[in-house]
Amino acid sequence: MRDQFIIAKKKFKSRLIVGTGKYRNMYECAKAVKLSGADIVTVAVRRVNISDKKKPLLMDYIDPKKITYLPNTAGCFNSKEALRTLRLAREIGGWKLVKLEVLGDKKNLFPEMIETLSSTEILTKEGFQVMVYCNDDPLMAKRLENAGASAIMPLAAPIGSGLGILNTTNIKIIRNQTKLPLIIDAGLGQASDATIAMELGCDGVLVNTAIAKAKKPYDMALAFKNAVIAGRQSYLSGRMEKSLIGKPSSPIKGII
Amino acid sequence: MKKIKKIKIKLNGKDKQIPKDFKIDKLINDLKIPIKKVAIELNQEILDKKKLSKIKLKKNDKVEIVHFIGGG
Repeated sequence: MRDQFIIAKKKFKSRLIVGTGKYRNMYECAKAVKLSGADIVTVAVRRVNISDKKKPLLMDYIDPKKITYLPNTAGCFNSKEALRTLRLAREIGGWKLVKLEVLGDKKNLFPEMIETLSSTEILTKEGFQVMVYCNDDPLMAKRLENAGASAIMPLAAPIGSGLGILNTTNIKIIRNQTKLPLIIDAGLGQASDATIAMELGCDGVLVNTAIAKAKKPYDMALAFKNAVIAGRQSYLSGRMEKSLIGKPSSPIKGII
Repeated sequence: MKKIKKIKIKLNGKDKQIPKDFKIDKLINDLKIPIKKVAIELNQEILDKKKLSKIKLKKNDKVEIVHFIGGG
């Protein structure tokens, strides 16, 4: 059976989702996205710059017909703002697959889970397919699933921190309790973090800053692509049992 | 020449003077905004882009025009 990555009944080739923020320019962003092999990119909804009409548009660099745009609600601190943003996003191009992110803490950018949960319920009723940024809390993950979320996206660490997965146990617990796509969102710092996420059984990872702010973003985009593939293959291969004592790899019999 | 009466609206958070009875599709056209790449809100209500030619702007209307930018 082929190993498929399916979100809200749609198949995707790459298990790596990338953000499009923090790049030096649109060209760099588009090239990094291409090298990453991602077929989903997150995008933000913001005011059109009325005074500078020559400012390049993201859609001119990344074609939404070729790559799935996943509108997010970054910068929203309550349900009302998040709902408004995603309804506008849907109006731009008919997008129903969205990333919900309601923040509650301006310093650490932790998710405000009460508002996140109520927004998930409303958006699902309105026909949105909601991928939800959340805490690595198994109980809240279950509630989101019951509310109709299309994917559970716990943080590895605070957004943009690059600290890697801080609570692997909780991620494993969430993995074991849900059949929904489980995607690590936020906090990864280097390619090996993505491999760890995939080896924990996650279905995918979402990365922005770790690529955009690497010294060589193009190389890091490629590194993440390979890391996700390696992690997935490793997970599916079934790791060997751990042992506290050494066991020689070469036969003892026949030693001269 | 008859002077055209102007009204003030808020466009993306900034004051803008427009002629009275100005229609919203005209505003979008004048700003050279690619309609397919944006969403438009009038007083916090999302507008159907097919019906823009039917909507006249009124004094103190709040218009928001948004699009997608890079984000994580």
